[in-house]
Order: sequence, then C-alpha cells, then structure tokens
Amino acid sequence: MTQDQWTTVADVASAVCLLGGAFFALAAGVGAVRFPDLLSRMHAATKPQVLGLVLVLVGLALRLREGGAVWALVLVAVFQMLTAPVAAHMVGRAGFRTGKVRQDLLVVDELSRDLAATRRADDDDRPD
Amino acid sequence: MSLHPRRTGWRFQWVTILWLTAVWVLLWGDVTWGNVVNGALLGVLVTTGLRMTPVDFHGRVHPAALAVLLGRFALDLVRASFEVSLVALRPRYTPRGAVICVQLRSHSDLYLTLTAELVSLVPGSIIVEAHRLTGRLYVHVLDVETSGGIEKARQNVLDQEARVLRALGSDAELAEAGLSRGRRAREVAAR
Amino acid sequence: MSVFDVVVLVCAALLTVGATLAVIRAERGPSMLDRTIALDIVVTTVIAGVALYAAVFRRADVVPLLVVLSLVGFVGSVTVARFAAVEPEGEGRVRTREEVAAEEAEKRRLEQEELAERRARRRAALEAARDAPPVEGPGADGGTPEPATEPVPESATDTVEDEPDPEHHGGPADEETR
Repeated sequence: MTQDQWTTVADVASAVCLLGGAFFALAAGVGAVRFPDLLSRMHAATKPQVLGLVLVLVGLALRLREGGAVWALVLVAVFQMLTAPVAAHMVGRAGFRTGKVRQDLLVVDELSRDLAATRRADDDDRPD
Repeated sequence: MSLHPRRTGWRFQWVTILWLTAVWVLLWGDVTWGNVVNGALLGVLVTTGLRMTPVDFHGRVHPAALAVLLGRFALDLVRASFEVSLVALRPRYTPRGAVICVQLRSHSDLYLTLTAELVSLVPGSIIVEAHRLTGRLYVHVLDVETSGGIEKARQNVLDQEARVLRALGSDAELAEAGLSRGRRAREVAAR
Repeated sequence: MSVFDVVVLVCAALLTVGATLAVIRAERGPSMLDRTIALDIVVTTVIAGVALYAAVFRRADVVPLLVVLSLVGFVGSVTVARFAAVEPEGEGRVRTREEVAAEEAEKRRLEQEELAERRARRRAALEAARDAPPVEGPGADGGTPEPATEPVPESATDTVEDEPDPEHHGGPADEETR
C-alpha cells in the first residue's frame, strides 16, 4: 500500500475512534442526568470516561502520526486510569459519611450495616 | 511498611525514580540524554524531599499471568463500558444498585490497592470504602441485574484479586491466599 | 465537505450535548458532591474537545494542555470530596427573587424589633435610675455625680434614634443595587 493509502486508513480509523469516544462522553452526560442517586451518577462520571478518553486519544494519535506528542497522550491515558478510581472512591466515601446516600434505592447495603455494627460496638464498649 | 531509617534512603526507591524519569521523558516526547538526566534528578529530588512510606513488594512478576491480567482487563473494560452506556441510554430503565462487602484473601496493601483500582476501572463497580486492616473492600454495583446478581458481582471481585495475585505474587503469598498458580499446579495438588 | 469533516461535526455535537447535560446536573444536583461529579464530566468533555480540535488541525502543541487538564480535573474533585461537609436539605437550592426578598424583609423586621426592644429596655433603665436617686440621696456617693448623669441619658437616647443601623444602610438603596 502506498503512503497515501496508509494515510487514508489512519484517517478512517481515527474518525471511528473519535466517534466512539464522543459517544461515550454523551453516555456519561446522559447517565449523570438520568441516574437516581449519587453513587450511580458517580459510575456515569467515571466509567464511560475511561474508555471514551482512551478512544479519543487513540484517534488523536492516529491523526498526529508522529512526534513526541504521541507519548504524552499515553501519559494522559495512564494518569486518567490511575486517578479516576481514586476520585470516584473519595466522592463515594464522602457521600456515605455526609449521609447523601439514599438507602431506599439500594438492594443490599452492607456498608451501612457494618458501620452501624461498629457504632453499636463502640457504644457498648464505652464505660457507663 | 517499614519505617526503619535506613530503608527510607533513596537507594531503595529506585523503582519510583525510574517511573518518575519515564514520566518526565514522556512529557517531553523525545529520549535525549538531557531529558533522562533531568528526569532522574527530579525523581531523586521528589523522593528524598517528599517522603512517603515505601511499598513492600515481595512478589515476582510472572509475564504470562501478567499478560492474562492485562488482556482480560482490556476486554472487561470494553465490554462493561458498553453495558454502562446501554444502561444510561436505555429509555425508562432505572438501575438498582447495591453495596456489597468482599473479604479479600491476601494480606498486603499493594494487592488490595491494585485490586481496588482494577475493580473501579472496570465499569459496573466502584470501591466505596476500603479497610486496609481487615482487607475488606466495599463495592458499589451499578445495576444488580446487568452484573448477574450479587454473588456474581462478589465472585468477579475475587477473580480479579486472583488474577492480580497470579500475575504479581510470589508462591508463598499465593499459598497463603489459598490459590494455586495454574491448571497444571491445581491438578498436581489435587492428585 | 469530506466524510472526515462530517464525522468531526457529529463528534462535536455529541460532546456538546454531553457537556450540557452534565451542566444541568450541576445545577440540579441536590448536594455538593453531585455538582463535583458533574463538573468532572465537563472537564473530561473539554479534554475530549481539545483532542478533537488537535486531531482536526493536526496540532501537536496543544497536547500538554490535555495533560494539565486531566490532572486538574482529578485534583478538583478529590479536594471537594475531602472537605465535603454535612449539608442540610434544601439549602443547596437556588432561591427565587421573591423568596430572597421575603427573607430580607423578615430579617429586617426581626432587627427592627430587637432595636425597639433594646431602646425600650434602656429607656426603662434610665427612668428607673432617674426615679431612684432622690430616694437613695443621703446613702449615695454625693450630689456631684448625679446632676452630671442627667444630661447624658438625654443625649444617649438622641444618638440612639439617629444612629444608622450598622448592618442595613437604608432600605431604598439596597433595593436599587440588587
């Protein structure tokens, strides 16, 4: 295949990847509006983002095709993968601690059960 | 975790320095001597100036199991991203979530963190609370139906931990967690 | 208009819709944490938008922007989550003009009441002091301080009447500046 044909293939692949990434970003926005409570909205905010961002960066890399900038894109993807779970976890923990989690929407809630159990144990242990 | 004054010297943090140098070089884009040396210097500066507790890593890297871990992770990521997007875009369907408690089998911080990160990245579950001392992870599952039920979700987390242990753990750690290395090893143990 | 341009337009439209929905959640979301998550989505959409722009024009020099944005998004949401406090229900809601005006009027009314009460109490105390001295005259510290105290209460009540309220600088001016 000639250089021109490789360029076209790369452009097509890049277009497909960009489209996929944008689709996942849309899904994230729709999820943020539709989901009923804080924890589910957190899923919408972090999950499609990971794959969506990876796809967009792959699309960009296919378009740039050369240069050191491509390696910085790898770095962006790695940063996103390392930090998105941490952000999701901290927001979820803060939600539990400030009472923003609606327990009636959860099928099973073992964390609240365990928190209540430890609180009860603390109350029992305290000398009267 | 070791707070022995000798162990916090930079000589024992060379992995961190290597990683920081790689980040610096990637940021600049080309591998020149200047970039590498600057990156190493900055790495040394950061690790000696901003002390953090060094992570104990007693395992060995098994390349085949590591490939399995990464490949399975990539597959899960793609499949589950589609699932979450479908749940978000499906009209008139609200997901019913659940918070489950999973007792991990290994006793190390590193594997707990790695398992937590991987479970958080694969769509469908988020780590809400992690108790380091008891080795418990509290996982919030987005939709109980799409994950195939609560017990299936729990089993997914345990499988993820097993893959991490097989990829990065030493044999002693594996035995402690009650797992075996491969199919052949399991047959040998059963015989 | 090539196929690639059409694809880019569609992508831009999808990203815009996604970001707008996230902003709607940021306005609606009952708690601080909901708003944090929504703005995190907006930041990630901006990253995708900048990457789209760089892909269209093949510019490699905006790539450091992506690195910085991804870090900023993360640090922002973690900081807000770290300092999240318990919010009482309903306080995060944006109040309408009528509600704000009603609250201001209520606050002013309470302050006027308190001021009137303070004045009444002071007047009662002064009258009690004016009536008391003739009875206790021989037992008190002497005649000199008492006449001196007489003019002071008069000016005190005068200043209380004219003294501008430190918290409210006047009704009409406040209405205009709002």
